[in-house]
Amino acid sequence: MTRLTVPKTYKLYIGGKFPRSESGRTYEVTTKKGAFLANASLASRKDARDAVVAARAAVNGWSGATGYNRGQVLYRIAELLEGRREQFVDELMATESLSKSAATTQVDTAIDAWVWYAGWADKYVQVAGNGNPVSGPYFNLSTPEPSGVIAIVAPQDSSSLLGLVSVIAPALVSGNTVVVVAHQNAPLSAISLSEVLATSDVPGGAVNILTGSPAEIAPWLASHADVNGLDLAGAEQLEWVDLQIAAADTLKRVSGPVVGVPAPSIERIVQWTETKTVWHTKSLI
Amino acid sequence: MTENDKAVSAKAPSFLDYAPAPESTSVLHLKKHYGLFIDGEFVDGRGDAFTTISPATEKEIASISNANNADVDAAVAAARKAYDRTWSKLSGADRGKYLFRIARLVQERARELAVAESLDNGKPIKESRDVDVPLVAAWFFYYAGWADKLDYAGLGPNPQSLGVAAQVIPWNFPLLMLAWKIAPALAAGNTVVIKPAETTPLSAMIFAEILQQADLPKGVVNIVTGAGDTGQALVNHPDVNKVAFTGSTGVGRAIAKSVAGTGKKVTLELGGKAANIVFDDAPIDQAIEGIVNGIFFNQGHVCCAGSRLLVQENIHDEVVDRLKARLSTLRMGDPLDKNTDIGAINSKAQLDRIRELSNVGEAEGAERWTADCAIPENGFWFAPTIFTNVSTSSRIAREEVFGPVLSVLTFRTPAEAIAKANNTPYGLSAGIWSDKGSRILAVADKLRAGVIWANTFNRFDPASPFGGYKESGYGREGGRHGLAAYLESAGWAAPAVTKGGKK
Repeated sequence: MTRLTVPKTYKLYIGGKFPRSESGRTYEVTTKKGAFLANASLASRKDARDAVVAARAAVNGWSGATGYNRGQVLYRIAELLEGRREQFVDELMATESLSKSAATTQVDTAIDAWVWYAGWADKYVQVAGNGNPVSGPYFNLSTPEPSGVIAIVAPQDSSSLLGLVSVIAPALVSGNTVVVVAHQNAPLSAISLSEVLATSDVPGGAVNILTGSPAEIAPWLASHADVNGLDLAGAEQLEWVDLQIAAADTLKRVSGPVVGVPAPSIERIVQWTETKTVWHTKSLI
Repeated sequence: MTENDKAVSAKAPSFLDYAPAPESTSVLHLKKHYGLFIDGEFVDGRGDAFTTISPATEKEIASISNANNADVDAAVAAARKAYDRTWSKLSGADRGKYLFRIARLVQERARELAVAESLDNGKPIKESRDVDVPLVAAWFFYYAGWADKLDYAGLGPNPQSLGVAAQVIPWNFPLLMLAWKIAPALAAGNTVVIKPAETTPLSAMIFAEILQQADLPKGVVNIVTGAGDTGQALVNHPDVNKVAFTGSTGVGRAIAKSVAGTGKKVTLELGGKAANIVFDDAPIDQAIEGIVNGIFFNQGHVCCAGSRLLVQENIHDEVVDRLKARLSTLRMGDPLDKNTDIGAINSKAQLDRIRELSNVGEAEGAERWTADCAIPENGFWFAPTIFTNVSTSSRIAREEVFGPVLSVLTFRTPAEAIAKANNTPYGLSAGIWSDKGSRILAVADKLRAGVIWANTFNRFDPASPFGGYKESGYGREGGRHGLAAYLESAGWAAPAVTKGGKK
């Protein structure tokens, strides 16, 4: 006799918890051929605002952790993802209609991206900052620091897992916290990833994942006064110029749409940092 | 002392009364009219010319051309042509040599530039002579050396220039802001169209003469004078690749909106409301001088001015008393006088804004104290002013006054000082005064500001990046970071894990 399976309920990931949308709304996630897979939460404006509150509350803890510590936590994500490869491969095969080998490549690439970024956490400061030889009796040092809360539209055209990892990992490296709108049509691996995050010592609220319509949610994130950066990587099909204009009201740092999946790069880390320069007066001896 | 003695001593010169010592204006060779500087030549603007006045006397200095849209088009076209045909083809070493020449010419004509700056801007000659102009030369000298070393700028191999840079600068440090903009842009291989502020175009015109003396290829730097609409036409011009702006957060916001979606690279240096935090173990003599320098330097027309004094509660009265005593010895008056500490407010409009916000401060319950100094009859003046009993919600504690007005607030613990310092949408600069190094490091870590001065204030250096967090803008000027603002990285992608999309 075949065993009856136990399907998963896919919810949002906000503040380290898995709530349903406060709106009570869901939308159907299907295979590319239209077969039912799950009802995902259709996040609302209120959910986005709750996510920003959670992200802001997590900034001090996450950015205050040492680079060594953040690096180990990010590496831990890779470890746990590796252990759940099969689940992610199955999910990607179902939602993106990928072959097993294509799905496996995507999962492995995502794992390797976590490893690559994990190694930067205690090094990017050395590469992006420097001591400055000013003309006077001052010890002068420039160091990059995280910008704060970064709102992200994850890549929407393909590679739902790798796309998500490629935008949240670089923001997390320096100590930012993120609110990310997942791939609209293939959101399942995003929620499964949040289960990985929740068990990888990533503090609650450091990553908040919303599923639903980027077109509906992104404007609220773009105009939110407590968001410091806006990554429009997956916003090419949206009215992204309007989003950039909305972001200008509070002078958010904005990164534009990307075709495909952004390649791992230190620029993606540094773009969500602020350079702080401190002048220390030397005494006369 | 008898009544008679008192009357005599009141008339006797105090130790503050110095004989006038004005800097000679004979070093200036001003023209009656200045045109726009486009494609290496002075040309007349097509808009209605305007006059630039001395804010200390309200007397006219010169008439200045006003660039309309067609003039801006011509300037951008000249910059594009120079970029395509000359500047981008020149070796880095040769670009550097031109910048070295400019640095030397600025040094040679330093006094002339300083006098022109003080005349046009109203700032004391001791500041333009000892701070602004030396820094201008230093800025060109520093970036000159970068021009043939771009591979070492930390952007990966072979970083590329952007093209034509549109630059709009403010009136508070006219020539210094010009140097901050032009030096890194040219070193990186870009060409420039720059718009000086409407009230302070004079030193830029002398700088144009210096460019001619340096034999800089024509069109590499173009200077268009005018008001806000000229600046708008420039930053919105479709053929510029980079926008660099220093000025108000309001205009910065408008620029960020207007360039949205254009792909122009943007640097914005905007407003600030810096906290200057004084702990009870601070070296108090130095701290008093630092507070004065922090807010009364350049009449407080400084975006990174220490306009919010956060003083530990137990030393509040002592600090305020000593500040008042010190401010009573500052000399306000002729900007060209070598003994002047406080010059003129740059314009009538700015004076009105300072007066308005000061009145609001009083109306909101803060206690106002103003140094007792004689206000000259003509010109725009505002005596150094301190507000005590300022609440954190008061407008004078939140809005940028951009004048010689200090708001004093108190705190008890480092945590409270940090919370109050960060309680602003701005994040440009901050100061910390303490004798305890470990505390300075810990507090500096927690302040959300781009430049932090520990036991000093308002220091600038071409090797030191400058720029803000949050609504004080983005991008850095100065140092390696300032160079990167004018370069495109050829990319630092990690090789193995790159996967493109299917699109």
